[in-house]
Amino acid sequence: MYGEGILKGLGVTLSYLFKKPVTVQYPEEKAPHYPRFRGYEFVWYEDRCTGCASCAKYCPLGTIKIVTNPELQPNVGNKYGLEIFDIDTGRCMFCGLCVEACPYDALFMGSGFERATYTRRSMMVHIDELRLADKQPSAFARPHLHGVEFGERTSLTSPEAGR
Amino acid sequence: MTLKTEPIIVNIGPQHPSTHGVFRLRILFDGEVIHDVEPVFGYLHRGSEKLAEERTYTQIVTLTDRLDYLAAMSNNLSYCLSVEKLMGIEAPERAKYIRTIMAELMRISSHLMGLGFFLQDLGAFATPLMYMFREREKIMDLFEMASGARITYTYMRPGGVNDDLPPEFMPALRKFADEMPGYIDEYERLLRENEILITRTKGVGVLPRDLAINGSLSGPALRASGVPWDLRKADPYEVYSRVQFDLPVGQIGDNYDRFLVRLEEMRQSLRIVRQCMQQMPAGPFRADLPMLLRPPKGDAYAHVEGPKGELGFYLVSDGSISPYRCAIRAPSFINLSLLKEMLVGWKIADMITIVGSLDFNMGEVDR
Ligand code: SF4
Ligand code: SF4
Repeated sequence: MYGEGILKGLGVTLSYLFKKPVTVQYPEEKAPHYPRFRGYEFVWYEDRCTGCASCAKYCPLGTIKIVTNPELQPNVGNKYGLEIFDIDTGRCMFCGLCVEACPYDALFMGSGFERATYTRRSMMVHIDELRLADKQPSAFARPHLHGVEFGERTSLTSPEAGR
Repeated sequence: MTLKTEPIIVNIGPQHPSTHGVFRLRILFDGEVIHDVEPVFGYLHRGSEKLAEERTYTQIVTLTDRLDYLAAMSNNLSYCLSVEKLMGIEAPERAKYIRTIMAELMRISSHLMGLGFFLQDLGAFATPLMYMFREREKIMDLFEMASGARITYTYMRPGGVNDDLPPEFMPALRKFADEMPGYIDEYERLLRENEILITRTKGVGVLPRDLAINGSLSGPALRASGVPWDLRKADPYEVYSRVQFDLPVGQIGDNYDRFLVRLEEMRQSLRIVRQCMQQMPAGPFRADLPMLLRPPKGDAYAHVEGPKGELGFYLVSDGSISPYRCAIRAPSFINLSLLKEMLVGWKIADMITIVGSLDFNMGEVDR
């Protein structure tokens, strides 16, 4: 019969009338994301960071700017004081290579994704912002964070976050 | 009285929704019939090959994500294989299995998009596309578990993968592999026998076998024309020599065959994924390599069967930290080379479906 194929197809669509929708109503409800999600708000622990600038060198786009000043932190082991640690997230593509490169577990990807801004300049994350930011590290390239639930991962202190 | 008529040139694109990216066609119409076609590329040119010359070997992985952005894992794989060949190393066994699973999931995801948009072009507005988006979303979830991103994965590295599979990955993959065949059946029920689809696609845009071979087409577009050529069988890389799968081929190479070949390929990909899940060994997932690679002088070409066809990277090394030259064989670009032969003589409405059935991606065409 002509039209049989169309009816068959309509049967499929009809069956969906009685199924639960797969979408979520976004601002009220959020789809889950996974521990390794590479997101916004980099997490940076100043006490773990030595200022080695591996992250800056490894970034394909030169997004991270680091200026160290030995005089800021004299006589503290093998560590430089940091004057500038700026991440230009407007250019960052969240590839995670900087996090992978950091040898001291000082830099982590974040877990958030909502940070729309009105200006490009405000996408620049400065050192003070990184110092004060809520620490919600992602488990990307940090396998030791894997078993830690997201709720427990918020505001991890530096010894908890490192290996 | 006789009406005077004359051919007219129409620009289709670059921002026409059915051109799958920023792709422009200058078409000479006589009435509704196509007389001449001139594709215009380059709107999405980002100079990836040139950029690669000033990035280190690991950083280039991020560039490959952005070639065919619907199949980033396959691009990663092709590039990493090329670097490995250049350095004369091999990834550990586990990494090979992980990469094969990823590449096959990517193929399913890319075919879902290809089919969805093809059907959308036919006028099956949004319904099949949204069904396919739903399944693709599950694949995106799997990729997000493993790599942390949903489109630009940057998951593979020369010598393995960035990180081992997380514990939640395998159960989710198993669930997906169990559910997916049902969904593919559903797509078939939805549309395979649909009379409108059949009238619009059967015998339309026929690409004869010899022409397809002469145009060095690859991927589903070639197989739909009846040529059983697949690099996974012809030149097995990774673990394809250890898994069993069939090559679906079409009969005459029309739109309908291209549609069916893609549907069937998704089933075969699932078969490969299932076998890989069984065979996957434990062990290291990344070869012990420094962060900064310095391959010896020389050149290497490695190719994979990407979702759209043969995807190859040719790298020339001068012994420094970045390649001297990087050339990409982009399947979408070469599959478009026969567009004129396929389109001349058809009407404007068929043009949309023929272009859609080729399933190309402008990110890869313009690089
Ligand atoms: S995520 Fe990638 S682009 Fe962003 S700062 Fe790190 S290395 Fe650079
Ligand atoms: S690589 Fe790590 S330790 Fe070194 S400067 Fe960057 S964040 Fe600090």
